[in-house]
Amino acid sequence: MFKYFEPNKIFAITSKAPKYVLFLFIVVLTIGLTEALILSPEDYKQSDAARIMYVHVPAAWIALGIFSSLALLSIVSFIFKNKNFSLIAKSLAPSGFVFNIIALVTGSIWGKPTWGTWWAWDARITSMLILALFYGMYLLAWRIYEDKEQVVKVTSLIAILGVVNVPIIKFSVDWWNTLHQPASINILSTNVTIHASMLIPLGVMTAAFALFSLLIFLMKYNTELIKVKNKGLDRL
Amino acid sequence: MINEIISMNGYGAYVWSAFAFTLISFTALYFVTKLQLSKEQKRFASKFGSLNIEKARAARSQNINREILSNTSNI
Repeated sequence: MFKYFEPNKIFAITSKAPKYVLFLFIVVLTIGLTEALILSPEDYKQSDAARIMYVHVPAAWIALGIFSSLALLSIVSFIFKNKNFSLIAKSLAPSGFVFNIIALVTGSIWGKPTWGTWWAWDARITSMLILALFYGMYLLAWRIYEDKEQVVKVTSLIAILGVVNVPIIKFSVDWWNTLHQPASINILSTNVTIHASMLIPLGVMTAAFALFSLLIFLMKYNTELIKVKNKGLDRL
Repeated sequence: MINEIISMNGYGAYVWSAFAFTLISFTALYFVTKLQLSKEQKRFASKFGSLNIEKARAARSQNINREILSNTSNI
């Protein structure tokens, strides 16, 4: 099955895909921003401050999703000794880190008008900060270690240790008393406590953010493959 | 209408700064990644150019190398 993921086979696609993904991202983002900033209604409690949700929530979802993928790819790469999976994981990490920072900063901006403070050492916020630290360590490890075997081991360990934090982030609002509101959407149940007029823009913005992370992943993955090929030319 | 959108019932500074931070982060990440990619493509083209005919032929026999070169000519 892994032969379908071989760089020689997929580079023809990954090298051409970014321009189409960029176009699609711009279209979906334009629709999302129009819906989020103009068409969607204000919240009955938080008024227009609730519009920050349209950037904060998708950024947090994607940061969590990417870190979970990093851990999964690290495990697969470690078990099957497949270097391509560690390259895919390495290429995913930068966008995950940026989404994590966006979730923290926009959450802080949202906190001021709703809670009266920019920051609180609350369970959800603190666990998101810990996730950003794991992302930071993961990216730093790729820069520090020269030896390929060693860097794969270290980054896999960071991803596997860090993924323990993902369910803590998810359930922190249920396990502890926090300032953060509980989840309004649960993919495991049909109990959605958000109106369609807000759910649709949230979905469109999530799609736009997912397209952006795909775009960055493709560009980063192409960069990593060319780096490998550059080393190959040196050996000729 | 425009004033309402800008002021956002008094929350404009918070809402617009959150959206601006997101879009600036996107733009910065996109251009940094693009710069890294074009740097590696240029390095590949320059290394390929310095190969002798036989080595260049051997390198060209790989699909991926041909693909990189064709993309490099577009930058």
